[in-house]
Amino acid sequence: MMAWLKARLGAEVLGLGLFLVLVVLVFSFASDRFLTAANFGSVAVQLPELGLLTLAMLLPILSGGLNLAVTYTANISALTLAWVLQANGGPEAGFGAFVLGSLLALAVGGAAGFVMGAVVAYSRAHPILVSLAMMIFLRGLGEYLTRGGDISGFPDFVAAIGHGSILGVPAPLIVFLACVLLWQILLGRSRLGFFTYMVGSNIEATRYSGVNTKRALTLIYTLSGLMCAVAGIVMMARFNSVRVGHGEAYLLITVLACFLGGVDPFGGFGRVTSVLLALVILQLLSSGLNLLGANQHLSTAVWGLFLIAVMVLRFGWKRWIEMRRNGT
Amino acid sequence: MRNLVRANTTEFWLILVILALSLFLSAATEQFFSLVNFTDLMNTSAVNLIFAMGLVVVLIAGGIDISFAVAASVVQYVTALALMSLGGGNWALGFIIAGLCGITLGAVNAALIHHFRIISIVVTIATFNVFFGLLMFFTRGVSIYNLPDWWSARIILWEQETASGAWAELTLPVLVMSICVFLTWMLIGHSSTGRQLYAYGDNPEAARRIGINEAAMQYIAFGWLGLMTGIAGLMQVNYAQEVVPNALFGRELDVLAAVVLGGARLGGGRGTVFGCVMGVLLIAIAENGLNLLGVSPYAFKMVVGAIILVAITLSNLSLDTLVRQRT
Amino acid sequence: MAERAGPGAVLAMQRVSKTFGGVKALDHVAFEVRAGEVHCLAGENGSGKSTLIKIATGVYSADPGADIRIAGQRVAAPTPGLARRLGIAVIWQDLALFPEMTVAENIAFETLLGARPRLASQRRLRETAQRALDRLDVALDLEAPLRRLPIAKRQIVAIARALVGEAKLIFMDEPTASLTQTETDHLLAIVRNLAAGGVAVVFVSHRLAEVLEIAGAVTVLRDGGLVGVFPTAGMTQSRLTELMTGQTFDNAVAARDRSTAAPVLEVRGLTRSGEYQDIDLTIRAGETVGITGLIGAGRTELGHTLFGMTRAERGEIRLHGRPVAFRSNKDAIRAGVAYVSEDRLSLGLIQPQSIADNLALPVLDRLLSGGLISPRRKAELVDSWIRDLAVKIGKPDDPVSTLSGGNQQRIVLAKWLATEPRLLILDAPTVGVDVGARAGIFAIIRKLAEQGLAILLISDEAPEVHFNADRVLHMAGGRIVGEYDPRETSLAALERAVYA
Repeated sequence: MMAWLKARLGAEVLGLGLFLVLVVLVFSFASDRFLTAANFGSVAVQLPELGLLTLAMLLPILSGGLNLAVTYTANISALTLAWVLQANGGPEAGFGAFVLGSLLALAVGGAAGFVMGAVVAYSRAHPILVSLAMMIFLRGLGEYLTRGGDISGFPDFVAAIGHGSILGVPAPLIVFLACVLLWQILLGRSRLGFFTYMVGSNIEATRYSGVNTKRALTLIYTLSGLMCAVAGIVMMARFNSVRVGHGEAYLLITVLACFLGGVDPFGGFGRVTSVLLALVILQLLSSGLNLLGANQHLSTAVWGLFLIAVMVLRFGWKRWIEMRRNGT
Repeated sequence: MRNLVRANTTEFWLILVILALSLFLSAATEQFFSLVNFTDLMNTSAVNLIFAMGLVVVLIAGGIDISFAVAASVVQYVTALALMSLGGGNWALGFIIAGLCGITLGAVNAALIHHFRIISIVVTIATFNVFFGLLMFFTRGVSIYNLPDWWSARIILWEQETASGAWAELTLPVLVMSICVFLTWMLIGHSSTGRQLYAYGDNPEAARRIGINEAAMQYIAFGWLGLMTGIAGLMQVNYAQEVVPNALFGRELDVLAAVVLGGARLGGGRGTVFGCVMGVLLIAIAENGLNLLGVSPYAFKMVVGAIILVAITLSNLSLDTLVRQRT
Repeated sequence: MAERAGPGAVLAMQRVSKTFGGVKALDHVAFEVRAGEVHCLAGENGSGKSTLIKIATGVYSADPGADIRIAGQRVAAPTPGLARRLGIAVIWQDLALFPEMTVAENIAFETLLGARPRLASQRRLRETAQRALDRLDVALDLEAPLRRLPIAKRQIVAIARALVGEAKLIFMDEPTASLTQTETDHLLAIVRNLAAGGVAVVFVSHRLAEVLEIAGAVTVLRDGGLVGVFPTAGMTQSRLTELMTGQTFDNAVAARDRSTAAPVLEVRGLTRSGEYQDIDLTIRAGETVGITGLIGAGRTELGHTLFGMTRAERGEIRLHGRPVAFRSNKDAIRAGVAYVSEDRLSLGLIQPQSIADNLALPVLDRLLSGGLISPRRKAELVDSWIRDLAVKIGKPDDPVSTLSGGNQQRIVLAKWLATEPRLLILDAPTVGVDVGARAGIFAIIRKLAEQGLAILLISDEAPEVHFNADRVLHMAGGRIVGEYDPRETSLAALERAVYA
């Protein structure tokens, strides 16, 4: 049974799945409110924000880089949408303005990603550095444009998108799951996805095989920027306002979620499904601790400890396999 | 001399850029080229420079650390509580407690990296969350204002009244920073241990084969950063005169940007104290200049980010890569 | 097979085994070397030579049960530091230098070692490094960062490093790989000198003539096991090859006359300054043209330009009579050019990724169906090529790195043949491939030539091009300086021309 599951899903998904079961078991014993619709409802509402940003982080990490500008790219994109709505009457703005604003938001997010990707690809500067500079730039730009304040006053349907649901499924969750599916297809079946893994393992060998690696890198970061814009729009709808710095604390959590999901920190390996599992585990941990009376800060600490524990277990597991193999 | 320029091209360019920027600012504003402004720059940059001295050692040894800034906040809190329970303490005690506390947190990172073979970015992102989460949880985000007098008192080491009537003064953090810079310079530039750190960051496999002790390298690099973290935390309190648990949140990325701008390479083997100082100063001068030019403070970061982005693009697009890409 | 033991052995290893991930890299091997002896360690790639050296120097630890004695003392767990203190120095095959550090620091790094921190004296570093270089009678800029040095100079730095300090035993793993004949002769003289002074030298080289000239005895390994220890007196190259591979080879010149076939590639006056000058070259359909010369002669650089990776400054390239100007290797691939890189480990294949993905990479466009990669088409492609080239693999999803050198090279060939090339450039196609497996690779290449493929065979091994090419060009200093017909010229004459 285990062997069959392992062959079907891979050791990574199986291991994380077991963790998921463990977390659910522990918390359902610890709190009788854990296994309730209300709790899972709140998880479903919280998951998309972190989840979309993590998807934005995933592509660059798979390609052997990192995008430290995800949160501020999301903010700037949301700002774009907010201005379009305000320019079209604020609370009275129509749905057309929302669509136009969303498209412009996507364009802005994509442009930020494009610039990073082009700099990474053509200057060969380290992606951590490039995206860090972009992050500082976007944060400054956003603070300059908003003077550090909130922007709010949107039409009612914006909040409805953030809090509404279709057939009982929260709208943000639907957006998130659609994006997960998109990423799954992108990475599993598309040319660019294939190149992303290859570039992440060895960019020079990929170039020698006739792949335009510069274009591939530029596209990878552009897509990351587009996903940031989606995250920004969803966050705006949830909070019904935009402030530069919204979701700032998520930045390193997205990286943590990727590593937890078994993504190779050097790039080249990692699957959307296991990252999704990791995200669900993180949210369940946080909601479970919340039910037990802890706050978000303790959850953050537990997330960190959880990542360390998983990495130590992976290390021990590898050692054990090696010893067993050498023993026979 | 030619070798010196060739081997330190980043440092060389940084000096040129800083000189050009300073000349421009001296011409464009009255205040820039003044003793008061210079001492202000030193006072405000001191804490970042101390952090940078620690981080550059870790980068040279091939690692990265995201956790040091929140570790400094932990150090501040622990030191404040320890000193209060000891009835106030003094500078010597403050340095010892903060230093040991910083080294311990650095050693935690080193231990996870070395004994479980987890790469430094994963470890330090995890410890970043652990340190910060636990700090905020236990302190409930409450700041400490009631600090021992010696700690929060502004200690002026040197002062002079200028013609305009303003006082130019250098404070304690500048002295401590200078000592840290000197010690780091001795460590990585002129000691056998420092050269081993370079070698280890440059080619870890070759370092292992020649007999360099890997565990020692990790503990020394992260221990040194820990020590600098402790000292920087202590000095930041002296500068800000309060302990705010989330005051340094996010500082890690600013320092990282400055250090890498100064020529340290992510991936190890390259980086100098001089370049690091230049990197921090370039950003400080840019912010200071924008301020003097009357640019809105909200725009600072934007311009600084743009400067870094352009600088790294240009410094990586060196002449030979440009030529190679064209052909 | 001589039984030797007892005093005088600088290093004596018994019952040495080493297992990597279930594979036995070494199996109960014994090895011994005495003071003042030049001892050769011979074996194919993957026979366990490097693993043995790494165990002797403490880089790897042997499986339990081994007995290692250095200067008569039993060493329970050697570490690199301990081995160094006991007087063992190594010239590593991959050099193991520090690119960011100066030449002086690289050579005299030993003076910086040790746990006790102390001031690093630049003067002492320079003096120590200079003394080592003086012994080699070469001059290098001591302050230059190593990364600025060409590979041949780095090799000299690695040699000089081993001469610093008072080593009692020096392992030299392929020390002459990128040296000219003069430099090699000089090194061999130094080795003799060292031996006369009582230093033991363990010499590893794939140039068997060199081995037989310098060594007194040779330990032969095959597939991780010990074949035996033999005196070199009376040993011939072919006998040594037989011991290493367990097979006998009779090489025959394969050259044929293809001068009437239609030209596929025509190159006139091709020049890229600093790399190659005034190259004239014609390759006809079904013809294999060999280019040989020392490392740094400009062979690989020429290959890069023909493959569209770099552009020539002057000259003309024609494919099937039409002039071409490639903007990238993508254009070259589309025009029917394929290039098997000399560096299979870091450029030829993406080692950690799967066999299937490596095969699919250059022909991905043909596997698309409705814009997405079709798993069925991918599986068909992989199956057919693995069958065609008789690659021994476990599963197509296994990482390429799990394959042997020979099978990896078959994957590289398959990956490029899948692009349906008209011109195949093979740059050192047998580097890291066992002598036994080389024959298989060349059989494939010969079959391809029979089918009409034009082949450019680049190699620094004169015998390889002599026996497998229809015509041989000799390249030196970026120019083609001679052309040989293997049917009319002897191998010895070619080797004299190339290595002199």
